[in-house]
Amino acid sequence: MAAPKKSVAKESGQEKAGSPPEFTREQEFKALRDMLLIRRFEEKAGQLYGMGAIGGFCHLYIGQEAVVVGMQMALKPGDEVITGYRDHGHMLACDMDPKGVMAELTGRRGGYSRGKGGSMHMFSKEKNFFGGHGIVGAQVSLGTGLAFANRYRGNDAVSVTYFGDGAANQGQVYESFNMAELWKLPVIYVIENNRYAMGTSVSRASAQQDFSKRGASFNIPGMQVDGMDVRAVKAAGDEAAAWCRAGKGPMILEMQTYRYRGHSMSDPAKYRTREEVEKVRHDQDPIEQVRNRLLEQKVTEQELKAIDAEVREIVNAAADFAQHDPEPDPSELYTDIYR
Amino acid sequence: MPIQVLMPALSPTMEKGNLSKWLKKEGETIKSGDVIAEIETDKATMEVEATDEGTLGKILVPEGTADVAVNTPIATILADGESAADLDKAPAAPAKAEAAPAKAEAPAPKPEAKSDAHAPAAPAAVAPPDPEIPAGTEMVTQTIREALRDAMAEEMRRDPDVFIMGEEVAEYQGAYKITQGLLQEFGERRVIDTPITEHGFAGIGVGAAMTGLKPIVEFMTFNFAMQAIDQIINSAAKTLYMSGGQMGCSIVFRGPNGAAARVGAQHSQDYAAWYSQVPGLKVVAPYSAADYKGLLKAAIRDPNPVIFLENEMLYGHTGEVPKLDDFVVPIGKARVARSGKDVTIISWSMGMSYALKAADELAKEGIEAEVIDLRTIRPMDTETIIASVKKTGRAVTVEEGWQQSGVGAEVASRIMEHAFDYLDAPVARVSGKDVPMPYAANLEKLALPSVAEVVAAAKAVSYR
Repeated sequence: MAAPKKSVAKESGQEKAGSPPEFTREQEFKALRDMLLIRRFEEKAGQLYGMGAIGGFCHLYIGQEAVVVGMQMALKPGDEVITGYRDHGHMLACDMDPKGVMAELTGRRGGYSRGKGGSMHMFSKEKNFFGGHGIVGAQVSLGTGLAFANRYRGNDAVSVTYFGDGAANQGQVYESFNMAELWKLPVIYVIENNRYAMGTSVSRASAQQDFSKRGASFNIPGMQVDGMDVRAVKAAGDEAAAWCRAGKGPMILEMQTYRYRGHSMSDPAKYRTREEVEKVRHDQDPIEQVRNRLLEQKVTEQELKAIDAEVREIVNAAADFAQHDPEPDPSELYTDIYR
Repeated sequence: MPIQVLMPALSPTMEKGNLSKWLKKEGETIKSGDVIAEIETDKATMEVEATDEGTLGKILVPEGTADVAVNTPIATILADGESAADLDKAPAAPAKAEAAPAKAEAPAPKPEAKSDAHAPAAPAAVAPPDPEIPAGTEMVTQTIREALRDAMAEEMRRDPDVFIMGEEVAEYQGAYKITQGLLQEFGERRVIDTPITEHGFAGIGVGAAMTGLKPIVEFMTFNFAMQAIDQIINSAAKTLYMSGGQMGCSIVFRGPNGAAARVGAQHSQDYAAWYSQVPGLKVVAPYSAADYKGLLKAAIRDPNPVIFLENEMLYGHTGEVPKLDDFVVPIGKARVARSGKDVTIISWSMGMSYALKAADELAKEGIEAEVIDLRTIRPMDTETIIASVKKTGRAVTVEEGWQQSGVGAEVASRIMEHAFDYLDAPVARVSGKDVPMPYAANLEKLALPSVAEVVAAAKAVSYR
């Protein structure tokens, strides 16, 4: 039975009251599986990075899984997704092939960008995933452009534009907010507030720390969402998508979340204590929350283990493919520069 | 089979580190994600997380060990049902991270001193010739302003995915009246006034183009496009490559570029050299009215991002434009604007006005200059330049932009690479002076190239 939901659309900055609507058993299983896939994939990516199989930058999504999984459950086919460089979770949530993603991380020809993009630059036209962008904040204008195209074509698709608490301080974010509200563009701005922009905490970087209010001067409604509870994320996503599809313009969702790992693989993590990380993991882990609810509903450990085993198999197959697929042919150096 | 935990690397350059601490003991249960150990280098400390579940079977490297090589097995984890007796079944550690199986040979394109075809995708050599203009075609005298407007209107009639956005393009009819009448014909859905927000609307245009729309983004001047240059280069130019060819960007960024008159340093810069350096962009800068029309139509149809550099001083100039249903001039092809045998003058856009006047002056002194209008800066039509220089043996470049790393420098390099043996003199460059554009009328005139400078350069390379 869904708990009555208070609309917060007009109350910028209001925290959602009450507990989120319950998931069906089927939804809980889906959320668990999709979040586990991201977690295991990222753990494996971290491992491959440690082995030297993945180069350059590698930003892991561990801890934030409920955000993309919950949002994806609120979307319809045709909706677009775009994000920054912490993008592996978004791609898996968009149903992109883990093999193709992992092979891009290792720079192989079977990668989504044929090895030419890397961790931060992957796209899938088929799955409506528009990247994967390495310049902090650039995806916000681009995502607004996806929404512009939807309005131009007169369809009812929504652009889900993800960015972090760090990107939220970039100028072009506000240029985009202005035009999105001015033209009533169907874009959901999902601010993933994981509390640290690289090594700088929100309190040291942001004059307005309530990110749901960041659209206030443009009259864009916003809400703060418990980004560790996949049900709360989906409920907020449903509301925002309905708002956009009704032609009311953009909405901001501040997802209060947490990244367990460093900013990138080479992060010494001196800016926070281990106790802080451990406390979030222990008290709020998005995956444990679902597991515990399922166990309360008399689902057996056996059933849960089966999901874990299935996910592990997918991730191991992806890792195997990504290490054995050949590197791109040298001729790839000069392809895809012009059409 | 027991699973080995390997010494991880904190960065691709790390080769060894210290195992400072074990946080789990042998025999302890381990869940995926548990921190089992801490390692450190001179730069950072990192936690080693278990990626598998089971019990910690054996610690192979005790805590406090310094300089442990990356990928050394540091512990084994026993899966459910395994015991210490299984420990010796652990696979031998790979000495090094698995090398890529089909390790590709370095591509190293062969340097071919006298050929332009050193890269598989060098597009310059394949530019088609200008369209035939049938005999008897009516020529219409138009201003460049009208030619640009007509080009956009024709393409918007032809393709419903083409739209224009920018500051004052709709109700005001264009800051320089280039978009006159477009709002009336196409409506506010396709002719879109933006706020003054270059970075934002350039990004919106690129995002729309990634879905297959074909935006024309007008910058009131290219000076303001510096606010948007990240979206132009990092998003528009590189996405096709970064996506392995999946997602491109058919978009035109256009507007006046270079010096106008008496507008000072911040409104007078020539950006041709900047954009021409970027693979993924095409850069077009026409001079004649017909080329303005035909090349803008080509730019709008091009599936790639095109920088279309106009010149405010030329907007009111008139020229003959063929009255054809579909007059499209190919991108990437230079035009011999005047034939001659003694010296080649290479220029484009506003620089052509100095070049052509200088050729008139030189003719009076018996020097026949061949003048080449590049029209496209990238991909550059090296072939036409080289053919001319082989004939004349002398070359002068003319541009309003600065000399260092300028387009003239690139042209001179290509001549040296492809026609060194034909040169009778070093290539000369006439350019804007190495100063921010001054405001005072006399100083501004000095900062720009002049006909006299072009004449002098042409005579110098001719040793006359």
